[in-house]
Amino acid sequence: MAKTHVTTTINGEPVEFLCDANQTMLDVLRDQLGLTGSKEGCGSGDCGACSITIDDRLVCSCLMLAPEAEGHSIQTIEGMAQGDKLHPLQKKFVELAALQCGICTPGFLVASKALLDRNPNPTETEVRYWLAGNLCRCTGYDKIIRAVMDVAADMQKEAAR
Amino acid sequence: MNDVKYIAARTLDEAVAAMAAANGTGRVLAGGTDLLVQMKAGVVSPGVIVDVKKIAEMMTIDEKAGSFRVGAAVSGAVIGEHAGLKKAWPGIVEAVNLIGSKQIQGRASAGGNLCNASPAADSVPALVAAGAMVTVQGPKGRREVPVEKIHAGPGRTTLERGEIVVSFTLPARPPGSSDAYLRLIPRTEMDIAVVGCGVSLTVQNGTCTSARVSLGAVAPTVLLVEDAGKALTGSRLDDKALEAAAAACRAACKPIDDKRGTIVYRTKIAGVLLKRATAIAVERAGSR
Amino acid sequence: MSSQRYKWIGTRPDRPDGADKVTGRARFGADFNMPGQLIGKVLRSPHAHALIKSIDTSAAEALPGVKSVVTAKDFPDQPNVIVPTGEMQVNLRDITRNVMAREKALYEGHPVAAVAATTEAVARQALALIKVDYEVLPHVIDVDAAMKDDAPVLHDHLITEGVKPVPEKASNIAKRMDNVKGDVEAGFKLAEVVIERSYTTQAVHQGYIEPHATLASAAEDGQVQIWSTTQGHFQVRGFCSRLLNIEASQIRVTPSEIGGGFGGKTVVYLEPVAVRLSQKTGKPVKMVMTREEVFRASGPAPGGTVKVKLGARKDGRIVAAECTVALQAGAFPGSPLGPACWTSFACYDIDNIKVVGFDVVSNRPKVAAYRAPGAPISAWGVESTLDILAQELGIDPIDLRLKNAAKKGTKTSYGPTFDTIGFVETLEAVKNSAHYKTPVKKGFTRGVAAGFWFNVGADSSAAAHVAEDGTVTVISGNPDIGGSRASLALMAAEELGVDYDKVRPVIADTSSIGFNFVTGGSRVTFATGLAVVNSVKDMVRELKVRAAKTWKVDPEAVVWENGMARPAGSNVGEFEPLSLAQLAATAGRTGGPINGHAQLNAQGAGPGFGVHVVDLAVDRDTGIVTIDRYTAAQDVGTAIHPSYVEGQLQGGAVQGIGWALNEEYIYNAKGRLDNAGFLDYRMPVASDLPMIETILVEVPNPHHPYGVRGVGEVPIVPPLAAVGNAVARATGVRMTDLPLSPPRLSAALDAVTPRMAAE
Repeated sequence: MAKTHVTTTINGEPVEFLCDANQTMLDVLRDQLGLTGSKEGCGSGDCGACSITIDDRLVCSCLMLAPEAEGHSIQTIEGMAQGDKLHPLQKKFVELAALQCGICTPGFLVASKALLDRNPNPTETEVRYWLAGNLCRCTGYDKIIRAVMDVAADMQKEAAR
Repeated sequence: MNDVKYIAARTLDEAVAAMAAANGTGRVLAGGTDLLVQMKAGVVSPGVIVDVKKIAEMMTIDEKAGSFRVGAAVSGAVIGEHAGLKKAWPGIVEAVNLIGSKQIQGRASAGGNLCNASPAADSVPALVAAGAMVTVQGPKGRREVPVEKIHAGPGRTTLERGEIVVSFTLPARPPGSSDAYLRLIPRTEMDIAVVGCGVSLTVQNGTCTSARVSLGAVAPTVLLVEDAGKALTGSRLDDKALEAAAAACRAACKPIDDKRGTIVYRTKIAGVLLKRATAIAVERAGSR
Repeated sequence: MSSQRYKWIGTRPDRPDGADKVTGRARFGADFNMPGQLIGKVLRSPHAHALIKSIDTSAAEALPGVKSVVTAKDFPDQPNVIVPTGEMQVNLRDITRNVMAREKALYEGHPVAAVAATTEAVARQALALIKVDYEVLPHVIDVDAAMKDDAPVLHDHLITEGVKPVPEKASNIAKRMDNVKGDVEAGFKLAEVVIERSYTTQAVHQGYIEPHATLASAAEDGQVQIWSTTQGHFQVRGFCSRLLNIEASQIRVTPSEIGGGFGGKTVVYLEPVAVRLSQKTGKPVKMVMTREEVFRASGPAPGGTVKVKLGARKDGRIVAAECTVALQAGAFPGSPLGPACWTSFACYDIDNIKVVGFDVVSNRPKVAAYRAPGAPISAWGVESTLDILAQELGIDPIDLRLKNAAKKGTKTSYGPTFDTIGFVETLEAVKNSAHYKTPVKKGFTRGVAAGFWFNVGADSSAAAHVAEDGTVTVISGNPDIGGSRASLALMAAEELGVDYDKVRPVIADTSSIGFNFVTGGSRVTFATGLAVVNSVKDMVRELKVRAAKTWKVDPEAVVWENGMARPAGSNVGEFEPLSLAQLAATAGRTGGPINGHAQLNAQGAGPGFGVHVVDLAVDRDTGIVTIDRYTAAQDVGTAIHPSYVEGQLQGGAVQGIGWALNEEYIYNAKGRLDNAGFLDYRMPVASDLPMIETILVEVPNPHHPYGVRGVGEVPIVPPLAAVGNAVARATGVRMTDLPLSPPRLSAALDAVTPRMAAE
């Protein structure tokens, strides 16, 4: 069976790849494009460790077929920092110890950024429900929620200046 | 295994033709949040995957004279951002938005939720309570079907080979109308409904002039509980009417014992959710 | 707090692996690839119990793209020998059979064969072509059923250890254990109140988000390289060496970053198989478990039954305590029965104790360690019973525990006498906490429970090297699962007197540092920390020698302060202090490279005690429990990096909450796991919880230079009963069976006050 040729944009860069019709975007990211930042925790959309955005929409890359990327814009964890400048969420996660083993961290960062891009001033409840699709087994979520709310508060202060 | 073909159909005719040509091995791909899970589990092995997300009619929401047409492949996230739909049908919107996580919402569609035909599908009881009509297109042409006629059994629909669900039509309603959907899950998110209950009603001068009630996860298909609707209609939605409707819900249940709930529990919860969902719908109707 | 006493210890700097972990650069188990690698996949038994009559791999081997197929015949049989692994003991004969079934399939998911192929798709196809001739046998899942006389027997050779006379027939009871202190019969006669209850728990999985993954590359000369996501790469080396008859020094294991372990990654599943496949094919072989495989075939924590009997005087003083525990071991003996028994009454000073335990096999995956293995189960029973006692006597639950608290000098039921411990301090901290002093909100109730874990020491090796510019590398060999790298760097910086940023901690592979026992047992900050401190001390000793040489004085005349060598007094001479950088720059002329080393079997691990408080509400109509407020207090010795200590308390508490409310293994009538995924194995999600407040009580461990106590495991011990106690006080119904899932809780509430009819 001939492979499908896909032309897409990943983290702002044009990318082309060949894939089988039934390969997931997660598989292609990890196994063909060397972008191993997105993780497979379950393969069934229940843990969020594979979170990416497609056209700024938060999705699980394990539940997306790679051919669907054609013509769209994909953002992964690898695109979050700008050069050597970490995104405020990335900095805050390290500062507030919002990670222990770190396997869920890329997914949480992508999901948190998607939240703050849409709702820059969420309540704690809104943050928790938005991130309910990201499982963490190490932290009990406390420091992750605090980090996201802290960044939101910082952004509010910045905006007020 | 790698003989799967992927087609991104540009038109509905192209999609229908591709599904018909696939001879039963075709699968529609909207959000893929059920399809890909089933493919990975080996439950489904499509020969052709027909991506419908380039078909405008399936991907848009229109409103005309109070009636809404919702494309079957529109994602839950987009539905949740539609101000008009949220205002007119808060129950349907919240039901769709309860499917999975935010990530799932970025992809999952009401059409997919309906056609996957899980008895526990979250969006379906709200659509059934609403009296939604489904537009179906197939090799033999287009037809309109009441949404409660689509489910045939767990994982089975009444759709014929090659048919695609195109959109849902929600009727215009008089002022004093609203709806609500509640489900019981063990956690606060990320679970399949143990019981789901959709209530849609119109209240005028304190009297319920029309009501429809639907239950999910308590029978092989999503149920339209006509007796519950009748118990509410014409009533002042007092405790007696609510208890009668709850009893009708409990009587209509044909649940199973499984890893998510027991027969006893589901039957009890059906009544509990009816009362709570009705209260929410009434409060919303009052503010409309 | 510690930050007042120390310069670096007690502060909260960025962890050294932070940038890599927040950018996706950090490489976990499945993130490694090698050119030409093959993908390995495992064929697993669909039956809970079956004889394996034959395996025909010919069709699989003939499939294009398949390079090798292995079964038990590719692995040597192993003798009946026990080796320590993590906090458990395992039998090599059993381990080889768990890695690859030999005579029998003993649980659904048990590996029976494996293939290596050019792609995952081909590997999966090959699995389907392997023909296994099973003779299905009757199976048994639950402990009580497995203990019955007529239960299907898993192992013909299994004679119960620890009973007299020695049984003649094989059974599923691998071991009986007895712990006695004083005389419980006499003790109960002194009791004015006796409470007796039976409890059950279900098996739960550690739930690490990263599935098991490994990549093995065997060379033609017999050397083997392994990358593995593991809590113990020396353990991986040891197991592969024993199971495959390869000399240890031929094997080099590099630990990847690890995406959670909690005890479940202190054993091997895939590594020996990947190595064998690589040996047979001459290519690297990568193997990654799916989530389903993780649930079906990797060790959960056992479920079990606990019977507790407490006798007390009316003033609350406990005079006698008895506990009988039966734990699931899974398909092979080795549940954490010992720790379950030993920890059961460890929090309390009781004169008369009797604990009996049973290790029982059944047709389920072999259990593995899970955070304080065994302790949460016996604590569920003991702490719930204590709460009943508190209610009976009308005594505040904290006060009841204070009346009976273990202290320095208390002798445990399992032998040792406690040195300095912090249980009383922790109880008082909770009593005086903001949470406990706040009245319970209307509609909510409060539950309290305590917990204990020994914490271990064991073997660690470390080294400290200084570079030419005076910056330091600290090398140790424990995978970092929770931020321990940062703590090691903090202790090294403190000991050396240099900035934290000048110290780089590195986790070395098995060939690059001496032996290290696993990351587990809450031991790394304590034992490896000790090794790191000692290696720095060794380096400082050498630095003083170099300074002495430079100044031409006696080494005894040199002191090391704030990262500099100074003369001990003005009578030594007038010398400018020499910094690390200066000494390092001249190292070649004063004797060569300046390195420090240390290796030890750490003694003096300090036990830990936790006290948790939870405020929750129960929806009586639905049985849904909503947690409103949660506080975890614990004596943590010295909080080296307080953020990561808090993190351990929070993470353990939430795992315990999941264990209490919704997590369980559900088997169907065929002995197959019904909920092998995150959808129906329900771990807590962010919206289920409030913030988890923490109280770090610092009662330094006198046996560590910085007072370190292990902290990681204690936090999972109290939550089960804390939640159960609050639910009991909310509803008047004492739940004894976990989890308190809504259908179960609802049924229990309805049995007491039927509400359906009243609707």
